[in-house]
Amino acid sequence: MGVEPDRLHFSWISSAESTKFVEVVTEITEKVKALGPNTHYVKKEAKVA
Amino acid sequence: MIAYTDKVRQIARRLLEDCSVEMVIGFRKGSQPMMNEPCFIKKAEDADQLVWDGNCGINLANYLTGRKEKIAVFAKGCDSRNIVTHIVENKVQRDRLVIIGVPCTGMIDKRLVASQTEGEIEAVSETGDKVVVKLKDGGSTEFDRRQVLQGNCALCVHRNPVIYDELVADLVEEQTDVDHWADIREIEAMDVEKRRRFFEDLLAPCIRCYACRNACPLCYCPTCFVDESRPQWLGKGQDQIDVHTFHFLRAFHCAGRCTDCGACQRACPVGINMRLLTKKLEKDCFELYQWEAGMALDQRPALDTYKPDDPEGFIK
Ligand code: SF4
Ligand code: SF4
Ligand code: SF4
Repeated sequence: MGVEPDRLHFSWISSAESTKFVEVVTEITEKVKALGPNTHYVKKEAKVA
Repeated sequence: MIAYTDKVRQIARRLLEDCSVEMVIGFRKGSQPMMNEPCFIKKAEDADQLVWDGNCGINLANYLTGRKEKIAVFAKGCDSRNIVTHIVENKVQRDRLVIIGVPCTGMIDKRLVASQTEGEIEAVSETGDKVVVKLKDGGSTEFDRRQVLQGNCALCVHRNPVIYDELVADLVEEQTDVDHWADIREIEAMDVEKRRRFFEDLLAPCIRCYACRNACPLCYCPTCFVDESRPQWLGKGQDQIDVHTFHFLRAFHCAGRCTDCGACQRACPVGINMRLLTKKLEKDCFELYQWEAGMALDQRPALDTYKPDDPEGFIK
């Protein structure tokens, strides 16, 4: 449907795996930053007249 | 298939006369050419209203939801798979149904016929492999039946009913030489930008009439997510994001359940092929879980079961 594959990530992290959590979040943040802000499927706020 | 009509009437009459069922659900001629409408026959003497030809593309499983009385229903291959899905999802009980299987040779694409015909169509009839279109000005055109089938029917590989108590005719030969997923592979091969534009163009004409949802036997939620107002999941207007959200989410609600019957596409007043969305999920279910919806009563649907070896390549 046209969402960049790198924008969406799935991971399975146990509450005991804090290091993995940090790694995954860092990686995802970098990948999403590389894509830049999302411009699709973002709804402009409705203007109230 | 037109030859089925006599047998259809005969079976309906018999079932109503001997009180095996309270109601028969079939088709009668519509007020427009190529638009047969579902009909509910309760008296044996009304059985002669029933017809069967290549314009019975509506999915009759849609009319069974929540029914308690004894019903006989005519079922093409796809209808029968949606009936199985209904039984598995507890929307109707098997023992309340008499399923009359209709081996199918495909339904006629009314839009295709109209677009390939010049002049106003008065009537459309079938003789064997030919579809004959009679025009209002007295002329007529003939089509090869296989050339004017609905897109899903041309590629259908389950034309025979998977569940039935009796049949109106001998089983037909299943198609094996079709490339069922060709259209989906084409979309999968597009890059992200192109695919986004493809879906924007595909869904741009949508007027959000919800005919596709209403024609679909799977869409039986008492309050559809698009109609919810507390919370309101998506806007009601023509905003592209809302239109897309409706279509993508509806497709996901049909994942692992859709039989590609084509009723949704047939119902759309502006001719959108929203089946491309459900069909992608049909393909995924087949490739990931070897799952085809509604093939047997004793199998739990793909999204309703867990196996330790379920593919999980998307989880990192
Ligand atoms: S999808 Fe298959 S069974 Fe259903 S109407 Fe088309 S050809 Fe017949
Ligand atoms: S989504 Fe369309 S093709 Fe699939 S079962 Fe519903 S009406 Fe049929
Ligand atoms: S039937 Fe067609 S126009 Fe109506 S909501 Fe569905 S896709 Fe949109």
